[in-house]
Amino acid sequence: MSETLSRGALLEGFLANVPIVKTLGMRCDIKGDDMTTVLPFQDKLIGNFTIKALHGGAIGTFLEMTAMAQLFLVSDVERPARTINITVDYLRQGRAEDLYGRARVIKLGRRMASVTAEAWQSERDKPVAALHGHFLLSRTGAADT
Amino acid sequence: MDESISSLDKRIDLMRQHMDGMTQVVPWAKETGFKVTRVERGQVWGVQPFAEHLVGDVEAQVIHGGAITTLLDNLSGMACAASLEEFRFVATLDLRIDYMRPADSGRDIIGEAECYHVTKSVAFTRAWAYHESRDKVIATAQGAFAINKPRPKASLGVPE
Repeated sequence: MSETLSRGALLEGFLANVPIVKTLGMRCDIKGDDMTTVLPFQDKLIGNFTIKALHGGAIGTFLEMTAMAQLFLVSDVERPARTINITVDYLRQGRAEDLYGRARVIKLGRRMASVTAEAWQSERDKPVAALHGHFLLSRTGAADT
Repeated sequence: MDESISSLDKRIDLMRQHMDGMTQVVPWAKETGFKVTRVERGQVWGVQPFAEHLVGDVEAQVIHGGAITTLLDNLSGMACAASLEEFRFVATLDLRIDYMRPADSGRDIIGEAECYHVTKSVAFTRAWAYHESRDKVIATAQGAFAINKPRPKASLGVPE
């Protein structure tokens, strides 16, 4: 078994026990170190009923989880990283449909990482939201933590 | 002297009367369970009670940052509504959140948002999340909101 596959299994096991992931109804499709997250549409994710738009907070939570999950997948830390900060750009209205997410680790340092993530719906080239964030890696036993 | 009460003051009164209703009509706010607790001109306060279904760190039993995103995003949008002279829908352009310290497990999180500048098309906001006071903050947020053009039948989004 390759190392990346076992990271994927670790990640799935971890996410299965996180209450907020269940509350969102979020899923992950992991292939090695490549992952797409899915947020199946549910009425409870709506922020504005008159225009049936997804809540920015739900989209932001989904993107933050996507970024943390991708970072866990490509790093060797034992625990998920802690968020230092995130910026979410809301680019289009999130419609009452499934939302997909992908993240890329821009820089993986010893203590910190920089990650971007994007969410889209029917068209990959028309993102609904984009996230950029910095995360603190938790390395137990490391001299610099 | 009806003119002395601007439509903003009336709207702020309406928001105060419907503090529960403002989150009841927002499904995701209902799901996270946060409440609006105070409305002033350009400022809105709310509370996110601790809830197990929002936990993101299982070991520490701490609410996920996303719940803070939801709280501060929504309160910031409401602070815009409590700040614009004429009612307009606003949409989040961007929101930056800095996490200063983890929230304590089992404790309510207070959110406070202010709209500190408004141009013709954009409203700028700041927000804070804390347990007791802004001196010991859990997270801060900075946002920009697009001010939409008036729509026919614009409503506050509160139940009739």
